[in-house]
Amino acid sequence: MHKLTKAPLALTGLGRCLITEKHLSAVNIIRRGVMCSENRTDCSKTEVYDVIISGGGMVGSAMACSLGMDPNLAGKKILLLEAGHKKVIDRVPDTYSTRVSSISPGSATLLSGIGAWEQVTRMRCKPYKRMQVWDACSDALITFDKEDLLDEMAYIVENDIVVAAITRQLDAMPENVQVKYKTKVVKYTWPMPHHAAESIPWVKVTLANGETLQTKLLIGADGPNSMVRQKLGIPTVKWNYDQSAVVAVLHLSEPTENNVAWQRFLPTGPIAMLPLSDTESSLVWSTSHHLAEELLELDEESFIDAINSAFWSNENQSDLIETAGALFRGALSAIMPSAGSPRQLPPSVAGIGPKSRVMFPLGVGHASEYIRHRVALIGDAAHRVHPLAGQGVNLGFGDVACLTHLLSQAAFNGKDLGAIQHLLEYETERQRHNLPMMTAIDLMKRLYSTNAAPAVLLRTFGLQATNMLPTLK
Amino acid sequence: MYSNKFGRLMFGLKGLKATSACGAFQRAAARSGFNWAAVCKQRTLWQQRSACAGMHQTGSAIHTTVDPGEVKRFQLLANKWWDEEGEFAALHAMNDLRVPFVRDNLLNAQRERHPGQPLAGLRILDVGCGGGLLSEPLGCLGATVSGIDPVEDSVRIAQQHAAHDPDLRDRVSYRACTLEELAGEGEAQLEPEPEQGVTQFDAVVASEVVEHLADLDTFAVCCSRVLKPGGSLFITTLNKTNLSYALAIVVAEQLLHIVPRGTHDWEKFISPVELERLLESNGFLVQSVQGMLYNPISGAWSWTNNTEINYALHVVKQDDKAEDGSTPPGGHNEVAHS
Repeated sequence: MHKLTKAPLALTGLGRCLITEKHLSAVNIIRRGVMCSENRTDCSKTEVYDVIISGGGMVGSAMACSLGMDPNLAGKKILLLEAGHKKVIDRVPDTYSTRVSSISPGSATLLSGIGAWEQVTRMRCKPYKRMQVWDACSDALITFDKEDLLDEMAYIVENDIVVAAITRQLDAMPENVQVKYKTKVVKYTWPMPHHAAESIPWVKVTLANGETLQTKLLIGADGPNSMVRQKLGIPTVKWNYDQSAVVAVLHLSEPTENNVAWQRFLPTGPIAMLPLSDTESSLVWSTSHHLAEELLELDEESFIDAINSAFWSNENQSDLIETAGALFRGALSAIMPSAGSPRQLPPSVAGIGPKSRVMFPLGVGHASEYIRHRVALIGDAAHRVHPLAGQGVNLGFGDVACLTHLLSQAAFNGKDLGAIQHLLEYETERQRHNLPMMTAIDLMKRLYSTNAAPAVLLRTFGLQATNMLPTLK
Repeated sequence: MYSNKFGRLMFGLKGLKATSACGAFQRAAARSGFNWAAVCKQRTLWQQRSACAGMHQTGSAIHTTVDPGEVKRFQLLANKWWDEEGEFAALHAMNDLRVPFVRDNLLNAQRERHPGQPLAGLRILDVGCGGGLLSEPLGCLGATVSGIDPVEDSVRIAQQHAAHDPDLRDRVSYRACTLEELAGEGEAQLEPEPEQGVTQFDAVVASEVVEHLADLDTFAVCCSRVLKPGGSLFITTLNKTNLSYALAIVVAEQLLHIVPRGTHDWEKFISPVELERLLESNGFLVQSVQGMLYNPISGAWSWTNNTEINYALHVVKQDDKAEDGSTPPGGHNEVAHS
């Protein structure tokens, strides 16, 4: 260690005679760097960040923005690491991108709190007022809407637009909030438990370019195959559905006041049409791998026919089910005559956007622990759901709101941001919220995956009853 | 400080153990390079100055706040300070009450607002800081904190813990000394410039300390000495009641082991009324008293109106100018704690 410092010191001495001060500081930096890389654990000049967020998707960047804007966290050093490139949208492209999300009002509130919602609405988003969900095997349907169709139920926004809006906000933040793009993490080093006094108590993050960063709190927002979660060895309950989702942008046959979201449960899986504009909608068709591949290979016309028939045809209904369904509906309307809503048919499709058919595999996952010492998982890294309820990103935004609030309180109480106490509170609160939702979604998916009469009857009755009872909805 | 204990033995004050303890401390005193003559001289100087300034004098000639038995006990526990589930778990949990208590009362007196660093610009003295459990959160909130503790091992642990954090390194500093020594130094520096005290703090925090001290009057005098006029003194301690004996000694120490056995001596507990009287006679004005309650099942503290077991006290040093007894600026309302 001493030899290493003496040589550069001698060099610096010599250099001072010859080089200007500007170059000298460069030499100092190199010397410091050499010292640091040789003796990382002793390097007192390594910057210690307060929070490092790994993963700059919708949820990760929202977290960075949310922390940066919190008054109690003013001045804290926050860093966002994103492996991809910076998403900037100067001019919204004419074509829609295929990956869209349904943003709930709660998430919209979070986004407007960080100033990103305004950017989103200025760019492109589509509110919808009603959602009709119905069965292929029976006549049962359920519609969700806010009273009087005045308020929006939720918004369909392209994922890229959300990220670009948040990125714009991040650009405007003060220096303590930094983002590093095209940065890949290769290694995490976890700290020893806190009462081992000699070792460094912070989480160490090693980047692909060799840099090492230290942080008091690491937030893992790196998606369903989270490296943070894997490296921590957190047991995850997960399975792949034998399903893939086919997404596409659809051109409707005629312009319509496109403010209804449609979802029909086919035996092979749910097919959903989400409004993007008066003339275009987004398709999310979850079905078996085999069928999904077939769909991708169909030519455009056959693909459109398949979509239309999926929404319109009644071939899966049997007489038994129809009769039973009608009887039940009659009984219910005798008890509650005013409830229930008329069934509508979705708009027909005339064309699809160019090069817009894509498929991706579906699965579900839930990390048994969202937190560890100095680490927290948010978004898909902690929980991954089936898109049938459009809840995935909203759960993630819920995580962001909860964790920001708790970290803000902790900072106001002078606590170490990586302390386990408030992380435990975050985990408890979010698991209590997320687990029931995920279980319900999974149950729905399983219930609707079959043609068998008992299951169909059950869900028919259930759906109809729920449709008539506003409170359940 | 150790030879003060020897002095007390000679004067026959109560509460002392066998001579073996005395011997141990003499050896300890020798080890720390201690100079009896220097202390004698300093103490005489200090007493003379007190007499000149017309400060309140107690009966005996020797004044020290430190009880060596307590020092020894805490020395043995030095490594356990930062184990949040260890012996000091209840103290870690108490931060949820005492940090907001100090923070909110200091914020009330502040005019400026610094987002993210509510206590920026304030100098706080943490008496009996131990491992720095309270000093660090206050440092995180932006204050410049000086922590003092007679137990050197604790101070070393505190320094080690704060050294890792670059923010705290600059704001929080520790010293192994007693309050009287610090006050004495302040006195020595006051001579050339009586208006600008170098060791004048905006606030002094003595949390869970008063019940371990030998002489409370000296403590109050020293606190007053190191505080700016209008500065705050925050104390948390235990009440001397039958209930506190039953719960804090019998249940907490012997039955549930929430606190290591022998930590507390019930004789040293003091009731809020007595403590208030003591502080008022030393030039302090009581701002608020609030009871605290520990729930052993959840391991959490909460505020309560009942001061029979634990309580927190906030007093301010009277402004020299405000001699007619008017309250100093900065809020005399009891602060509501959520």
